[in-house]
Amino acid sequence: MENVFHTLHDFMLHTESITYVILAGILIGLLVFWRFLTGRDSKKRTF
Amino acid sequence: MGVTRRKFLGWVGAATVGTTSMMGTRAHAASNKHFDGFPGSFGVLHDATRCIGCRKCEEACNRVNELPSPDQPFDDLAVLDNPRRTNAAAFTIVNRFESDDGGPAIYAKNQCNQCLEPACASACFVRALRKDKTGAVVYNASLCVGCRYCMIACPFNIPAYEYNEPLTPRIRKCHLCQFRIEKGLLPGCVETCPTEALTFGERDRLLKIAGQRINNFPGRYVDHIYGQHEMGGTSWMYLSPKPFTQIGLREDLGVQPAARFTSGPLSAVPIIVGLWPVLLTGIYAISKRKEKIAQQERIEAVAATVADANEEMKVKLAELKEKMTREKEAAINLEVKKALKEAAEKEEV
Amino acid sequence: MPQETNLPNKSVLTPFNIVAGIIILAGLIVTVLRFTKGLGTVTNLDDNNPWGLWIGFDLLCGVALAAGGYVTSAACYIFGFKRFHSAVRPAILTAFLGYALVVLALHYDVGRPWRLPYPIFVSPGTTSLLYEVGLCVFLYLTVLFIEYSPAALEWLGMKKLRNLIVRMTLVLTIFGVVLSTLHQSSLGALFMIAPSKLHPLWYSNYLPVYFFVSSIFAGLSMVIFEGTLAHRFLHDKMDATHLKESDGVVFGFSKAASFVMMGYLSIKLIGISVDNNWHLLFTGWGLWFLLELIGFVALPAFLYSLAVRERNLRWARWAAAWSVLGLVLNRLNISVIAFNWHLPSAQRYFPSWMEIVTSIFIVTLGVVIYRFITTRMPIFYDHPDYRHDI
Repeated sequence: MENVFHTLHDFMLHTESITYVILAGILIGLLVFWRFLTGRDSKKRTF
Repeated sequence: MGVTRRKFLGWVGAATVGTTSMMGTRAHAASNKHFDGFPGSFGVLHDATRCIGCRKCEEACNRVNELPSPDQPFDDLAVLDNPRRTNAAAFTIVNRFESDDGGPAIYAKNQCNQCLEPACASACFVRALRKDKTGAVVYNASLCVGCRYCMIACPFNIPAYEYNEPLTPRIRKCHLCQFRIEKGLLPGCVETCPTEALTFGERDRLLKIAGQRINNFPGRYVDHIYGQHEMGGTSWMYLSPKPFTQIGLREDLGVQPAARFTSGPLSAVPIIVGLWPVLLTGIYAISKRKEKIAQQERIEAVAATVADANEEMKVKLAELKEKMTREKEAAINLEVKKALKEAAEKEEV
Repeated sequence: MPQETNLPNKSVLTPFNIVAGIIILAGLIVTVLRFTKGLGTVTNLDDNNPWGLWIGFDLLCGVALAAGGYVTSAACYIFGFKRFHSAVRPAILTAFLGYALVVLALHYDVGRPWRLPYPIFVSPGTTSLLYEVGLCVFLYLTVLFIEYSPAALEWLGMKKLRNLIVRMTLVLTIFGVVLSTLHQSSLGALFMIAPSKLHPLWYSNYLPVYFFVSSIFAGLSMVIFEGTLAHRFLHDKMDATHLKESDGVVFGFSKAASFVMMGYLSIKLIGISVDNNWHLLFTGWGLWFLLELIGFVALPAFLYSLAVRERNLRWARWAAAWSVLGLVLNRLNISVIAFNWHLPSAQRYFPSWMEIVTSIFIVTLGVVIYRFITTRMPIFYDHPDYRHDI
């Protein structure tokens, strides 16, 4: 899967596209992990 | 009911496999290294000492690209009296530059410089502009949204816009006659030029030719090939008898490709996405904790005050009780004394 | 202007309605012209000046002045300032309308507005900061719509959906701050691609930071400024909590704005220093730069601080209006005034009257819709069915 980049532009297009997809994953992942982390905390009483 | 540990670990596993498979492509160079451009890509060398301002290149370009007819015909040289720039109907223009030492005027042709790392391609948010392997920077009108950021980005002020088209406006600029190059033909302007002021060939070859001309004719040329390094290098390059600013080319643009000016902010974006949520959640947690502590302290303060008040009450009550007991005793003593006195008086009588 | 009332037999033809009606009519005419004759007929844009008032004011100022939404909700829900709670809904409404109108303005400016979804859904140009701006604005507008919706849902009586969304408040707020940081700074970063066109006093590697930090005090100032107008014209819609908290909001935000503005001045100073641009301060452009920085940032920041120390509401309100003007000046400087400073004056840009009419039209639309919503939905008051929530 060798893919040589001849220009900075092609390189950046490739890296930034992957990065943006990772960003979406980070946001979802952090949210999911937060719920996992605080899953067994005592629930807030509201009476 | 939230995420179970098993589910979460499963997702992590899947994500890792996904991203590693994308890592198969190897970068030719990383972001602070060097890119060589498409091997064998073409360019044009414009020798401004040979240009006579006949405008035949403009006419050829207009014909080959089926551009609208201009207001003044191409053989009207009075047009050169005023400096011009490219516009929606002219991919290229020739300008006349009066010499500062009284010598003959210099003429130079201007058009898209087909940068190796085009600012316009970097700026385009819809990939409508790209550097082709032939060396041409080509425009795709079927993607363009018309935001005109490419016009902001181009340091040479080349892209023009069809402002008078209400529904289908396009960016217009020289595309190195890519459709002709692919058929083995020369660009329209190069083919027509009567003085060979324009030389078409592989960029590396053109650099050598330009270097040879400077060597063979010292004094005729400024010792610099414009476009060799400017803005990271261009495929259209210039030789000039006078400093390039005098033929309308800026010499303060530097050698950095435009993409490097924005790569800093671009690389900050993912860091913010990765860290801000953690930071902000942390601040929220701290402020919630402080609130909870403040509430605890309030409750304790109230309880303490109540306890103190109780204590005070107790002491006061005790004192009151003692006082009442004393008063009672005093009253009883008084009564007893009185009774005794009365009894004694009665005895005497 | 007479005080608005909601007595049943009032006439629709109030001075405000008449003026707004004329502006809207003019705006609609210019709209038809723009889409039948093209940008060339309606604007003074040209090949050297592709971006003008619609980008410089409607987009750049609109986005910065709508920052009150993320700043207020962050202050209340993330930093825990419960006493600002009554300011959240008006700020979110302003932000939502602001961003929606920015998107509307874009439909006028770009050549083929029906292709606006292309960068996200068809062909992402990920090397471009404008892609980043577009993606974030699109996502943030969605977040703002969701954050605004409880007010509308309470009005419509849709309890379950409303409660579901309110439970997401913290996540939405955090996401909103992340997105806002990104696009506020990226709008500044847009201009970094053209160092040869922006005057060196305004061009800096810190442009993204400058835009982000200034959006903070722009948002704080707009909340105070709009609060002033709302108190004047929509007072009867405000409940006791809102009225009780409003002075605290003004002074709290004034304090914050003042301090942030001082930080902004510091980093501006650093920007001059790292590029060694001191000598430029003594040129004509330098004078203009100092006017923007001292006249429209330092002085209002100082007025804010005096207002806080003396607890003077009027000074705080003037400082807020002044700061808003300063922000507008800064964005216009970077996009159209100090941009293309090299060009001879004959080639410089000034907006056409039709561009100005369009911008006024869009702002007027915002004001009219704001009034419509705040006079019907629980923005300035708590809906009686939901009083027990914070």
